[in-house]
Amino acid sequence: MAAHLSYGRVNLNILREAARKELREFLDKCAGSKAIVWDEYLTGPFGLIAQYSLLKEHEVEKMFTLKSGRLPSAEVKNIIFFVRPRLELMDIIAENVFREDKLHSSRDFHILFVPRRSLLCEQRLKEQGVLGSFINIDEYILDLIPYDGDLLSMEYESAFRECYLENDQTSLYHTAKGLMTLQALYGTIPQIYGKGECARHVANMMLRMKREFAGSQNQILPVFDTLLLLDRNVDLLTPLATQLTYEGLIDEIYGISNGYVKLPPEKFAQKKQGEASKDLPTEPKKLQLNSAEELYAEIRDKNFNAVGAALSKKAKIISAAFEERHNAKTVGEIKQFVSQLPHMQAARSSLANHTSIAELIKDITTSEAFFDNLTVEQEFMTGVDTDKVNIYIEDSIAQKDPLIKILRLVCMQSVCNNGLKQKVLDYYKREILQTYGYEHILTLNNLEKVGLLKPQTSSRNNYPTIRKTLKLWMEDANEQNPNDISYVYSGYAPLSIRLTQVLARPGWRSIEEVLKMLPGPHFEERQQLPAGLHKKRKDQYSLGLLFALLLTTQNK
Amino acid sequence: MAFITANWNPLGEAFYRKTELYEMCWTLRDGLRDSLVAAAPYGGPIALLRESHRRSPSSRPQLEIYSASGVAIASFPWKSGPVVQLGWTVSDELLCVQEDGSVLIYDLFGSFKRHFSMGQEVVQSQVLEAKVFHSPYGTGIAIVTGSSRFTLATNIDDLKLRRLPEVPGLQGKPSCWVVLTQDRQTKVLLSNGPELYILDNTSCTAVCPPGLSPQAGSIVHMSVSFSYKYLALFTDTGHLWTGSSDLQDKLSEVDTKKTTTPKQMVWCRRPKSQQPSVVLMWDRLLMVTGVCNDTIQFPIEDPCVLVGELDGVRIISSVYQELLQEVPLVCQDIFKIASMAPGALLLEAHREYEKSSQKADEYLREIKEQSMLGEAVRQCVEAASHEYDTSTQKSLLRAASFGKCFLTDFNPDVFVSTCRELRVLNAVRESSVGMPLTHTQFKQMTLQVLIDRLVYRQFYQLAIEICHYLKIPDYQGVSRVLKHWASCKVQQKDLSDESIARAVCVKVGDSPGVSYSHIAAKAYECGRTELAIKLLDFEARAGEQVPLLLKMKRSQLALSKAVESGDTDLVYTVVTYLKNEMNRGDFFMTLRNQPVALSLYRQFCKLQEQDTLKDLYNQDDDHHELANYYVTASYREKRLDTRLSLLQSAVDEYNKAKNEFAAKATEDEMRLLRFQRKLDDEKGAGLLGLSLQATMEALLALGLHKQAEQLYRDFRVPDKRYWWLKLKSLAEKEEWEELEKFSRSKKSPIGYLAFIEVCMKCNNKYEAKKYVSKVTPEQKVKAHLAISDLEGAADAAIERRNDSEMGAVLSRCSASHQLLIERLNRARAAAAKK
Repeated sequence: MAAHLSYGRVNLNILREAARKELREFLDKCAGSKAIVWDEYLTGPFGLIAQYSLLKEHEVEKMFTLKSGRLPSAEVKNIIFFVRPRLELMDIIAENVFREDKLHSSRDFHILFVPRRSLLCEQRLKEQGVLGSFINIDEYILDLIPYDGDLLSMEYESAFRECYLENDQTSLYHTAKGLMTLQALYGTIPQIYGKGECARHVANMMLRMKREFAGSQNQILPVFDTLLLLDRNVDLLTPLATQLTYEGLIDEIYGISNGYVKLPPEKFAQKKQGEASKDLPTEPKKLQLNSAEELYAEIRDKNFNAVGAALSKKAKIISAAFEERHNAKTVGEIKQFVSQLPHMQAARSSLANHTSIAELIKDITTSEAFFDNLTVEQEFMTGVDTDKVNIYIEDSIAQKDPLIKILRLVCMQSVCNNGLKQKVLDYYKREILQTYGYEHILTLNNLEKVGLLKPQTSSRNNYPTIRKTLKLWMEDANEQNPNDISYVYSGYAPLSIRLTQVLARPGWRSIEEVLKMLPGPHFEERQQLPAGLHKKRKDQYSLGLLFALLLTTQNK
Repeated sequence: MAFITANWNPLGEAFYRKTELYEMCWTLRDGLRDSLVAAAPYGGPIALLRESHRRSPSSRPQLEIYSASGVAIASFPWKSGPVVQLGWTVSDELLCVQEDGSVLIYDLFGSFKRHFSMGQEVVQSQVLEAKVFHSPYGTGIAIVTGSSRFTLATNIDDLKLRRLPEVPGLQGKPSCWVVLTQDRQTKVLLSNGPELYILDNTSCTAVCPPGLSPQAGSIVHMSVSFSYKYLALFTDTGHLWTGSSDLQDKLSEVDTKKTTTPKQMVWCRRPKSQQPSVVLMWDRLLMVTGVCNDTIQFPIEDPCVLVGELDGVRIISSVYQELLQEVPLVCQDIFKIASMAPGALLLEAHREYEKSSQKADEYLREIKEQSMLGEAVRQCVEAASHEYDTSTQKSLLRAASFGKCFLTDFNPDVFVSTCRELRVLNAVRESSVGMPLTHTQFKQMTLQVLIDRLVYRQFYQLAIEICHYLKIPDYQGVSRVLKHWASCKVQQKDLSDESIARAVCVKVGDSPGVSYSHIAAKAYECGRTELAIKLLDFEARAGEQVPLLLKMKRSQLALSKAVESGDTDLVYTVVTYLKNEMNRGDFFMTLRNQPVALSLYRQFCKLQEQDTLKDLYNQDDDHHELANYYVTASYREKRLDTRLSLLQSAVDEYNKAKNEFAAKATEDEMRLLRFQRKLDDEKGAGLLGLSLQATMEALLALGLHKQAEQLYRDFRVPDKRYWWLKLKSLAEKEEWEELEKFSRSKKSPIGYLAFIEVCMKCNNKYEAKKYVSKVTPEQKVKAHLAISDLEGAADAAIERRNDSEMGAVLSRCSASHQLLIERLNRARAAAAKK
């Protein structure tokens, strides 16, 4: 079912299975038929762990969305709330429970906190007088979700905002906990490297937790030999730049959420012969994107400019495969051909889908606006005229382009110039306020608070040094047959990737100067392996685990 | 080795032996006479209370506690009321049942732990007799009172008193009684004259032991076996009836020819017993009565106490302690004279081998011919485990080891574990430790319990050595010992907090599974709060640390520990606690010193208590956040005047925060709002809340050019943006004349290409053309292309000799523009030459 998770160098299905097992165990604790009331935010991440069929096997008959008022009626024995530990949700649950009791008294209530139970929330339920109504109050530790064969994600989109704007490090605590779970399943990771305040904090918590868990030392041979923790604020530039890989562009344009993308339906209408395309579907087309799909696995990380060629090559292979049937003479050959048919048909429909998506994207990437925007981004990244008001940005504001685009560009300029001159900054800010409304003064304040936007304090701009030392800009990026990571942004090599590369070889000692320029401390920790595992380890292949806090930059 | 069988006595098919365990270390002035004695099974401790002067108030009886080997552990004068019965709990605590029904619990070292009562009515009626018993539920107590009523408590740690129904015709105490545990129920079996009753929770049933001869008389003594499975009844005519305790089957009936009631009667069995027996003790005689009607008689000189064990009976006298048990079958096989059992032959073979005699080979051959060598080794190993004498153990194990050499695929596990276990057993049997455990008992009680019991006795060193020796994982072994040790250490009143904390830390260190908070809680219980805090410092798990700190009212410390842990939920918990405990000022001050907690609390306030948020910012003089707060608040406000006054507050705060830009921007916003209201009032324009740009746009759309112009000047809108705005607006309204006029009003800051593009967007090529001549030379080609004038574009491009521009024109050409293409190609070639 989730075979693609086991293809990578690390079998992430172990993690997924552990998560599923725990879910099943909880569901079985509540004997009888069940209805789940969902904190809507959780449905996406849960989809990566368990489909409805699993829930159904355990007598889940109804699913509702958590909202205030009365619960919808359902003939079930148990009502289970799946919620994040948030006070406002507790109030809703309390209301649900209050309204409910008057109608049926025989239903049992349960709460499953995701990812962790909270004393504060239980206290709140107690204050509301409903804590006693719950038979089971449990936690479902869902920190690191296996997202793809080579990717774990916390699907915690507000983490950057919480850490840097609100100084709330809950997400870091969950990160540390998640990494502990990971180590429990895949062995203690002997080396930890990191850069940035939050990374330091996560590492500290991990070491602390290791002390807490002392004694239950696991005897698993480490699968990972290095863990690298990177703060998002070490590399603010990368998420500001427009992604240029196939998957990146799908995300830029349509947004990928929990592994799914919603696309405009027109391109995907089934064109059946002799049927007028009267009723085009109006619902957006929802597609799951992961490496389980062979073609997608092949092209997802290609620069978009190389996707066309890959698709047409694939098309040729598939039609050649279909042509094979003419060569099939003997019964045996025909039988073999037929047995391959389902696979080939799947490949063909996958090809059709991605060709449609590529066409949709191409319409946008070939537009002048896209090109102009990219040109400005690349100018900033190469350090051209980053210290004055940019005419393109000015014009874009005058044209009332989407605010997010403006903010991305302005922030990028600020990052590439180590802050903007007060005059330039004020000019941009005034333009934004006058055009998009005064309420954005809060948006701008927030951006300044997290450092995405800042006035220049010293005349020295570190960015060029960093760019040169880490080779962030490669003039001759090869988009078709890449030999360097800079192909993903057609020239720009993401800073975080460069840090990872340098760490692997020759080591961070060679870039001490640059590391000092980047915010936060850099560090190295070693975790003692349980005795007895040392000797065995030598024969193992080494495998690094990069764990960057890839936090999205949500503005506002 | 004939001497091994010297103390064997045949009983039916089996043999019984009496092994000396200890020469007792104590010196008892009056022996065991006239004393209440309680000795715990499994080689547990012995408690003694002299009865002689019990009733005299002037001399208090002495309560003494000894190890099983007679080493004094504690001794103190008994100051409470008269004691009816002593007994030990499963966790080595001493129970003293008093006449008034109260039960006092002491630990091994004689310090009082707690007490409870067996019921109010007992105070009046008094306890006549009491029994302490053990069941799967723990340690229980049963009493019979002066009013002939029984009361039971099955588990003293979870005290539930049950008063059993009345027994018909019972006056005073019954002639004898026992507590039975059957089918998860605890019952009392009692005899009153000729009658025998079973007493359970609800009823009292008269019963009759099957097959008891009618002439046997009335039952005067009874005993139930260690496992509660068998029952022995002694009648006043000297008949001993044995059978199952459910009174369904009879084993035997023996006439002991003794009509006096024995002082003690105890079952002597072992698991897989061949010949179970009952041991009866009179003043000068010990009689072992097998169910086969055979008896063995031992004379005794001194008053003794019998202690029933799982696999025998311990006999404690004032001088010696002996173990009476049925000789295990395997030992019989090996040591029985002229035994031909494989184990016996192997032992013999090894003995010859040691003497370098070739007979060794003969014996071995004999065993191997029967392919019994494996069995022989197994027998020797098993027999060793049952032997108490270390030299016998050694010779058996050596023989086993010798035999093992001739076996290729023998699993050594049992041999190895038996060697290890025997070593441990020999260590705890040492007189100084005094736990005379047999191997069978040890297996039954488990190593965990043995370690616990060593720990109760404070043999920490030995316990730890055993853990290391048996390689028990730390968190099951050493850590548990250290935990006990530390909990005990913190109670030492003569040491300073500092030195105890240091000692604990040095010993416990980072031992896995030792909870410092558990130790700290102990210290806190003993009233040593300071010590508890010092110890909590070592606790790694904040989840454990913080609640205890709160309980000890060290909320500040709890807060900083919670913050350290990184667990925000914990921080919130402490913050909520503090909020309720402290006055607001102190609370804010506390938070101020903990930035992490403060920002979390701010988040909480943002969602739950907006007003508190304001107070927080105020207290911190955080003008910037305060200003932001006012701005946010202004958007929640419907009435414009309130909104403006909130914005004014924001301006003030931004000024205080020296954020000139924001202050200015806010003032502008206020100005804009007033302007919008004025126009809305005057013209109903619906402007309120729009951005400046949108306002100008709306004004232009409404044709209010003058007002738009005014805003443009008042708010110093950059020319470029204003021109774009006006250009688009005029084009949208198709006011072409107006547009042309505007284009001439001054030199366009956005150039003229924009005019062309906007006109083309409105599909007005005619108007667009008007501006082509005005564009800068660089934009000429683009301008021509915009209006699809390829000729013009070509001309311009060729004139400018710009290759990329010519290329751009070419890319727009189709086959119908053959001439143009040729011209361009020529020009390109020419330009390239230069």
